[in-house]
Amino acid sequence: MDYDVVIVGGGPSGLSTAIKLKQLDPELNVCLLEKASEIGAHILSGNVFETRALDELFPNWKELNAPVKTKVSKEKFLFLSKTKSISWPTWLLPSVQQNHKNYIISLANLCRWLAKQAEALGVEIFPGFPASEILYNEDGSVKGVATQDMGIDKEGNKKDSFEPGIDLNGKVTVFAEGCRGHLGKELIKKFNLDKGKDPQQYGIGFKEIWEVRDNNHEEGMVMHTAGWPLDNNTYGGSFIYHAENKQVFLGYVIGLDYKNPYLSPFDEFQRFKTHPAIKKVIEGGKRISYGARALIEGGIQSLPKMSMPGALLVGCDAGTLNMPKIKGSHTAMKSGMIAAETIFEKFKENKELSIYEDKFKKSWVYEELHAARNVKPSFSWGLILGIIFTGLDQILFRGKLPLTLKHKHADHETLNSANEMPKIEYPKPDGVITFDKTSSVYLTGTNHTDNQPVHLKLKDPNLPINYTLEKFDEPAQRYCPAGVYEVRVESNINKFVINSQNCIHCKTCDIKEPSQNIVWVTPEGGGGPKYGNT
Amino acid sequence: MKILVAVKRVIDYNVQVRVKEDGSGVVTDNVKMSSNPPDDNAIEEAVKFKEAGKATEIIAITVGEEKSQETVRKALAVGADRGILIKTEGTVEPLAVAKSLKKIVDREKPDLVLMGKQAIDDDCNQTGQMLSALLNWPQATFASKIEIKDKILEVTREVDEGLEMIEVNLPAVITCDLRLNEPRYASLPNIMKAKKKPLEILTASDLGVDTAPRVQQIKVEEPPKRKAGIKVASVAELVSKLKNEAKVI
Repeated sequence: MDYDVVIVGGGPSGLSTAIKLKQLDPELNVCLLEKASEIGAHILSGNVFETRALDELFPNWKELNAPVKTKVSKEKFLFLSKTKSISWPTWLLPSVQQNHKNYIISLANLCRWLAKQAEALGVEIFPGFPASEILYNEDGSVKGVATQDMGIDKEGNKKDSFEPGIDLNGKVTVFAEGCRGHLGKELIKKFNLDKGKDPQQYGIGFKEIWEVRDNNHEEGMVMHTAGWPLDNNTYGGSFIYHAENKQVFLGYVIGLDYKNPYLSPFDEFQRFKTHPAIKKVIEGGKRISYGARALIEGGIQSLPKMSMPGALLVGCDAGTLNMPKIKGSHTAMKSGMIAAETIFEKFKENKELSIYEDKFKKSWVYEELHAARNVKPSFSWGLILGIIFTGLDQILFRGKLPLTLKHKHADHETLNSANEMPKIEYPKPDGVITFDKTSSVYLTGTNHTDNQPVHLKLKDPNLPINYTLEKFDEPAQRYCPAGVYEVRVESNINKFVINSQNCIHCKTCDIKEPSQNIVWVTPEGGGGPKYGNT
Repeated sequence: MKILVAVKRVIDYNVQVRVKEDGSGVVTDNVKMSSNPPDDNAIEEAVKFKEAGKATEIIAITVGEEKSQETVRKALAVGADRGILIKTEGTVEPLAVAKSLKKIVDREKPDLVLMGKQAIDDDCNQTGQMLSALLNWPQATFASKIEIKDKILEVTREVDEGLEMIEVNLPAVITCDLRLNEPRYASLPNIMKAKKKPLEILTASDLGVDTAPRVQQIKVEEPPKRKAGIKVASVAELVSKLKNEAKVI
C-alpha cells in the first residue's frame, strides 16, 4: 500500500510527526504503525514533562484536555548513603534540573491523547502491527517497511491463521521506534549515520507505580536521589514523583556502562527502596505497576545523522534525550515536528531530506543538547568528580565550556571479567517493599502468543554457555529486568534458556550483551507489555 | 442464512485486574480493552460459514458504551458485513443485553445467533440462554463443533462428562467455546476496509429496553492472598498436617 508518509512507532516523536504533518497539509496520506496492542501500551517513562514542544504543537492543549495536569510544586534532591540522606538545596542545582514549570504526567496517557488528536486529523493508526523489515528501492533509498507476518509457529511454519505481512511504501518513511529501535539500528549501520560520532550510551530505567497512604502523598512533589545503592563508579539515580490519585511514580536509572557483570540493575532498584528516606514514602502503600525500558544517554556526541535517502530518524531512535535534564519527551516531540516540516518542504518545494540536519541544528533541541553534552561523560570519572565538574559546567558556565568530552566505549565493551569483580549479594525480596522478577513481570501484563518463533535471536547459539558464562557469569541473567534469560543445569549440563514470552521490549540485552550476540527482533503484533498509566 | 453475532468489549485477558480502592468495582481507566475471547470464536465460525457458502450475511452487534464500537470494528475487520452498537451507560446485566438483542433479532430476522459462551469480565454465562428463552428458540451452549445440515444444526457441546452431541432446529442461539476454532488475525487491509463498513448506532431507549440493573452490587473485593506453601519432611508429617491442620482427610 502506498502512502505519502509511513511512520514507524507511536510514541511522542512518531505521533508528533504525524500530527504536525496533517496540520501543515491535511491532504497528506499518513499512516503510523505501532507494535503494541494499543497506543501507549509500550510507553514507560518517569515522567516530569516540559511542555515546550506541546505548546508549539497544540497551543490550546489545556482546552483540549491533555492529560497534563499535575504541576510540579516542590522539589528535592538527596544524596544517599546506606542509611542517611543529605538534602541538596535546589537553588544549587543546575537550572536544567529545576522543574517548577513542569508537570508530572503519565507519558503513556499523553501518547493515547496524542493518538486521538492524530486520528481526528486523519492519520491512520495501526496498533498491533510491528514493522519488521525495511524495504529499499533499487537505488538504495528507503522505500517503506513491511509488517510482520502473523501466524507463524515456533519452527517457522505457517499456521492455519497465517496472515502475511504487508508492504507499506512511503514517499518518506519516518522511524520513531524509540531507544534502540531494531530498524533504526539497521539504518544507522547501512547508511553509516554514526560515522565520526562517539558510541551511543544507554541506561536502563525502571518504574513502579505505588498507591501510597494519604499522609505520605504530596501531589506535585518531585524528588531525585544519587548515591546509594550504587558505588562511586556506577552512573545512576532515582526519581520519586507524587502524581495525582495518591500515586507515586518511583523509578531508577542505571547507566549500561557499568563494569561488574554481577551487578543486577533490577536488584539495585529493589534494594534502593529499602532506604529509610524512600521506604517511608511507600510503606503501607501498594505497588500497582512495574516496567523497564532502555533509554539513550549519549547526547549530541553520539547523535547520528538523522536523514538518509527516503527516510528520517526521530526521537530516541536517533537519541535526542537530554540526560542532565532527565527528559526526552519534549525533545523527541520537537524532533518529530522538525521532521514533519522537512517532509512538507520536500513535497512542496522539492527539497532534499538532508535539510533536516540544518533545521535540527538551528532548533532549541540542539541548543539544549549542546549545553548538556559534557555531563554524562564527566561521570565516567566517578560520581564525585562528575558532580564537581557538572557543577562548574552547568552552573558556572551554563554548558558553554569550550570543550566536548568524549564517550570512549560502547556499553557492551565495559564489562570486566567475572573473576576480577566482586560478587554482589542482594537481599531477598520481602514481598512488601521489594519484589522478585516474576511477580514484577506479572504486573506488566506482558504476553506473547505461545507458538511463535523466539524473537530474541542468538547469532551464535553456543556462545552464552561456551564463552559468556565462563567469562562474565552470563550477565543476561541479571541485566534483563524481566527474567527472560536463565542458565539452567539439566543433568549436569548448563543450558541457556530464553523465556521470550516474558520479554517487556526494553532492548537491554541487544545493547549490553558483551559480544552483541543477542538480537532483538519484532515478535508477533500485539505482544509485549500492556502498560497502563506508566 | 443470515447470522447475528454478539460481541463484548472486556478488559484484556493479559491485564492484571485491580479492584478500586473504595470497593465500587474494578479499575478500567487506561486499561487495555479487547474483544471477549470466546466472542472471537463466534465471529470466526460465522465467517467460516460464509466462506463455505452457507451464510449470506453476518451482522456483528454489541451492547455497551460508545467505545465498544472498537469491538464491532474488529468483528468487521475479520469478516462481518455490518455492525450495530446499542449504546448504554454503566453496567448492563445479561437480561438487559438479551432483551436488546431480541429487539434486533425481531427486526433483522437472522437464522442463527452466535455469541461467546460467557464474557471473561463478569463470567455470567447467561445472555445466550436468556435470549433463547425470550425468543423461544432452541439453544446449544458451549459449542466446540457446529455442522450445518439443511435446517438442522449438529452441535458438539463441551460438558463436564466429555462431549455431548445434539441437534437443534434453526433458527437457534448457539454459544461458542474456545475449542470451536482458531480465530484469525485481522489483516491490515481488512482493518482499513472495516472502517468503511456500515455501523449503526442505537440507544437502548430507542429500542424501548430498560437497562437498569436488577442486581445491587454491594462491594468488590480482592480474593484473599494465597499462603505460601511449605515443605514437609516425611509422609507421616504430611498425613498429620492434612488431617489435623487442613482437615481434609
